[in-house]
Amino acid sequence: MQIYLPIAEISVDIILLLAMGGGVGLLSGIFGVGGGFLMTPILIFVGVPPAVAVATQANNVIASSVSGVFAHWKRGNVDFLMGWILLVGGFIGSTLGVGLFTFLKSLGQIDLVINLSYVIFLGTIGLLMMLEGIKAVFRRRKAGGASRGKLHEHNWFHGLPLKMRFRKSRLYISALLPLGIGFFVGVLSAIMGVGGGFILVPAMIYMLGMPTAMVIGTSLFQIIFVAANVTFLQAAQNQTVDVVLALLLLVGSVLGAQVGTRIGAKMQGDWLRLLLGILVVMVCGKLFLDLLIQPADLYSLEMTQ
Amino acid sequence: MISLMVSLVHRLFSVSGIDFLKVLATVGFSSLFVLSAKETKAIEADLSSHLVAITAGFSGDRILLFGSINSPGEVIVVVRGPDTDFKVQRKGQVAGIWMNTASMSFESVPSFYSIASTGPIEEISSSATRALNAIGFNNIGLELPVTKAAGKLADSWKEALLRNLLRSGNYQLENAEIVFLGEHLFRTEFELPANVPTGTYSVSVYHLRDGQIIDARTTPLTVSKIGVEAEIYDYAHLHGAMYGIIAIVIALVSGWIGHLIFRKG
Repeated sequence: MQIYLPIAEISVDIILLLAMGGGVGLLSGIFGVGGGFLMTPILIFVGVPPAVAVATQANNVIASSVSGVFAHWKRGNVDFLMGWILLVGGFIGSTLGVGLFTFLKSLGQIDLVINLSYVIFLGTIGLLMMLEGIKAVFRRRKAGGASRGKLHEHNWFHGLPLKMRFRKSRLYISALLPLGIGFFVGVLSAIMGVGGGFILVPAMIYMLGMPTAMVIGTSLFQIIFVAANVTFLQAAQNQTVDVVLALLLLVGSVLGAQVGTRIGAKMQGDWLRLLLGILVVMVCGKLFLDLLIQPADLYSLEMTQ
Repeated sequence: MISLMVSLVHRLFSVSGIDFLKVLATVGFSSLFVLSAKETKAIEADLSSHLVAITAGFSGDRILLFGSINSPGEVIVVVRGPDTDFKVQRKGQVAGIWMNTASMSFESVPSFYSIASTGPIEEISSSATRALNAIGFNNIGLELPVTKAAGKLADSWKEALLRNLLRSGNYQLENAEIVFLGEHLFRTEFELPANVPTGTYSVSVYHLRDGQIIDARTTPLTVSKIGVEAEIYDYAHLHGAMYGIIAIVIALVSGWIGHLIFRKG
């Protein structure tokens, strides 16, 4: 059954949309990730204009982050002070990001920048995850136990001014650090239509040195607001948020995630990381190939009125 | 017997009752006209529907055109969508990556264009006639002004525009033949794709003899978003900020509902 999406202005099979939401929801449940990095490329692949895909996905990120943050909040795993500072950076970053998005769209380069951002940022993270997963799997086979390194190392950024005490995370670091990370992830989430958890989480663990338990809840907390900011600005500036599309994807992803979480709970962490790494590298590889292979028609068309 | 035929035809073309009566009335009137005045140059035509409604289930539509001529000759039907501006982008390789490296804008070009005829248009109409009435892809203003591009370069931009429009289904090459039912009555069908542009279309029916137009009739066709889809689109474009806030609230509430489901499961 076809449904006409009012903002995307295309007609798509409703079953396909539900299946896409379900599939991505399943994977995000298994791996405990937002899934935006999968959904946005898939939406573009089925013919949703990239600008609409990115903005609508930002709207979906709100919903999936809200449903995740409750559980962490209850366990006291949200560092609100850290969350607010990340958020200030995130707000500035995402506001500039949406402006950048509008500007690149007018230049006709937004598709390229979306693709390149995926290949560079997601590809790097995916490769690292894959390598880490392979290492961990082998290490366990050899030695039977993983050796732990230092929790975090001291780098140049620990000498930055404006030091603050984060009691919940037991940290005494410069506020500029979370501010900068929040800013960078905000820009990316506006351009790529992702929550940014895939960069935020490693950055909070490795750069800020936050306890892992605190990281997921705090990142979800700030992602909700950044995604809401992106949704609002995209709707107000570019009119690219399709609520019909968002709702249909949501139904599928809520159900899929429920099943996925149960599957994920039965799998080993190292294997999960390896598989997620492979999945991410595959998505990026496809996008990278699209950039390298000569398109069938060098010319493309855009209605400008 | 007649009612049987009516229902049969009705089913064949899946036209709504009122529209079909309209067509029937037109055809009936023109047939009467034919009988009473044999030598006038009247051409009659009407559409199965003057409104194409883009609703939630829209996945393209077929429009049926019925008409009659009362003297021999050829017929050309041109369906033309509202004019719009297009931007064509050309990709080039930069450091191994294919990216848009050049663009060209075309102004006031029909957003939809489809022709049906009783024969190849080059054979049944003179080039002057085609030029004057904007019949055929060479006569609808796809040419770039020389200030923008000239020669081969201009041609390649124009070809790219045409090729992309044809691929989208909004320009149609030899869309349909015109079928004569007997001596005077003819009909043709044209297809509107799912991504059809909205606005007021003109459907022009030309009656030609010896390459010249002897009579013509133009009837409007409106393609419009109707119902919930239209309201969402209008609201998003008129009240972007409020639309954004509503979208956020919907997402927050559905996320919360999702959480409730998770907690139970």
